[in-house]
Amino acid sequence: MSETIIEVSGVSKAFGGVVANNKVSLRVARGGITGLIGPNGSGKTTLFNSIVGYHPIDQGSIRFEGREISRLSVAKIARLGMLRTFQQTRVFGKMDCIQNMLISLPHRQSGWRDMFKRYPLSLIERAERLLEFVGLYSKRRLLAGSLSFGQQRLLEFAMALMNEPKVLLLDEPTAGINPTLINALIERLKRANQDFGITLFVIEHNMRVIMNLADHIYCMSRGELLAEGPPASVQNDQRVIDAYLGAH
Amino acid sequence: MNPAAPSNRRMAVLYAALLVAGVLAPILFPGHTVQFAVFWIFVLFALTWDMMGGQMGYNSLGNILFFGVGMYVCAVAQISIVYDVAEYTAANGAIKVDFAPHQYFEGLALGLAWAGLIPVVVAAVLSWILFGLRGPYFAIGTLGVAIAAAELTNSWDYVGGGMGIAMPVYPGGPGSRERFFYVACMIIAILCFLTVRWVYRTRFSLAINAIRDDEDKAEALGLHTGRYKMVAWSISAFFLGIAGALFGNMTGFIEPIDTAFPTLTFGIFMVAMTLLGGKGTLWGPVIGATLFYALREVTWTYLLGWQYVVLGLLIIFNVVYFQQGIMGWLRARRPAWFGVRVEADRAHGTKAESGA
Repeated sequence: MSETIIEVSGVSKAFGGVVANNKVSLRVARGGITGLIGPNGSGKTTLFNSIVGYHPIDQGSIRFEGREISRLSVAKIARLGMLRTFQQTRVFGKMDCIQNMLISLPHRQSGWRDMFKRYPLSLIERAERLLEFVGLYSKRRLLAGSLSFGQQRLLEFAMALMNEPKVLLLDEPTAGINPTLINALIERLKRANQDFGITLFVIEHNMRVIMNLADHIYCMSRGELLAEGPPASVQNDQRVIDAYLGAH
Repeated sequence: MNPAAPSNRRMAVLYAALLVAGVLAPILFPGHTVQFAVFWIFVLFALTWDMMGGQMGYNSLGNILFFGVGMYVCAVAQISIVYDVAEYTAANGAIKVDFAPHQYFEGLALGLAWAGLIPVVVAAVLSWILFGLRGPYFAIGTLGVAIAAAELTNSWDYVGGGMGIAMPVYPGGPGSRERFFYVACMIIAILCFLTVRWVYRTRFSLAINAIRDDEDKAEALGLHTGRYKMVAWSISAFFLGIAGALFGNMTGFIEPIDTAFPTLTFGIFMVAMTLLGGKGTLWGPVIGATLFYALREVTWTYLLGWQYVVLGLLIIFNVVYFQQGIMGWLRARRPAWFGVRVEADRAHGTKAESGA
């Protein structure tokens, strides 16, 4: 296995009496596409939220490039280069697409004085190129809130690319998108991984998509890690099949 | 840029016309100089409120706090250069201090400097506490702070408590005080407009718009949201503080409840004006302030006794039936004027490349 970029070890998180994550440990390899699957309510999104610092974890440790991040805020973790997209797509509705892209620029080095800078033409051009990459170039001066759901998804993805993250955590990127757009999205995800060198960590319900996309898959069930391995072996793992069909 | 927007040349003509009107108004109607000065303060109110409420989505009901703080800070600074403040205020105006012209203007300059600085410090400190609140909680929290400030000042003897402070007398002939402060109010309102206009052309505007649209998403992108919120409020506080200092000196007598921290009049007016003109735009607050000012003058003149009923009805109508305001209505009618439009795809074959 190649170099680890995210290392989750023994992470537990409970909401009241509900244990959403119970001693989950996994590793995301740098440069790869790692998948996270599991039935509804198995704790996938909770784990994502824990990793990006959305809520404090009860126990365990989360390391990003060897650095402990489980106590850092969402914004600080994002500035380290780990970005997430939301299950419910979130864009800035009353700003146009170009503005959405520009505000997504990495804020790693931005200091107090950068607040009042203007955007150089080169950045605007980069924003346009990325909008072109996801097929929204002609919509670039429309308000993001007026785009269709699928287009907002694509915009959110382009915004994530604009941020130049090292790792992108995608929470069900294809949910609610029509089948034609799904193929285009898968292809772009792969290109983002290969051409831009962004490590992807993807929650996905659609088995066809994740088998096609990921090179390593973790499967969760009832807050615990159930199985892991390459797509083919996870797909044929009896425990995974049982979990999905409710044999537990 | 945007071909449908008014050209630079037309904008220059507009600016020049407004400037000429501003200069001529007190010359043509010298009896209304103070009222015209209040107009400029209204413009400043609406512009500073909109930066928070319209552009950033934080509806503050307590921005008047900085107006009052600026007013009192300036008064104390002005008096203290020639007299003991506690003694001066304890005498309830019985002590008449003659300020020599150079003393007066030095005191005013010093007072204005402090009136800009202290509100900024107050805003920075309050932002640590209050920006943990969102939506209506922020509105109520800020309102509470403004009311508390009024009550505290009201019972603070050092600054005269509820008896207020008689401000140093302007050294000049009749009418000269009004003209002086009219010009000062006009200058600070124009500076405020230019500052806001400049700010809205930088990254800052996208950042505060992003905070308005989805603050969690902005944080998830790594934006320093706390920093932007603090600076936005500080800019508002700076201009409000100076406006308060000028207003106090122009009025000649200040007291906490009705002059310095009038949450129910000026504090609400600044919200009403912005909503009327259309929040989240540069010109909306200016237009709203102008209309609101005109309406206020008309009702105060012809409907005395009913003026608050009329203003109340206006606010109700505005909030229930006309939430988008004038600029928002215009934006919905003519989106292309605001740069919202479908563009052609690029000519060279990008379709095939992007695989769509």
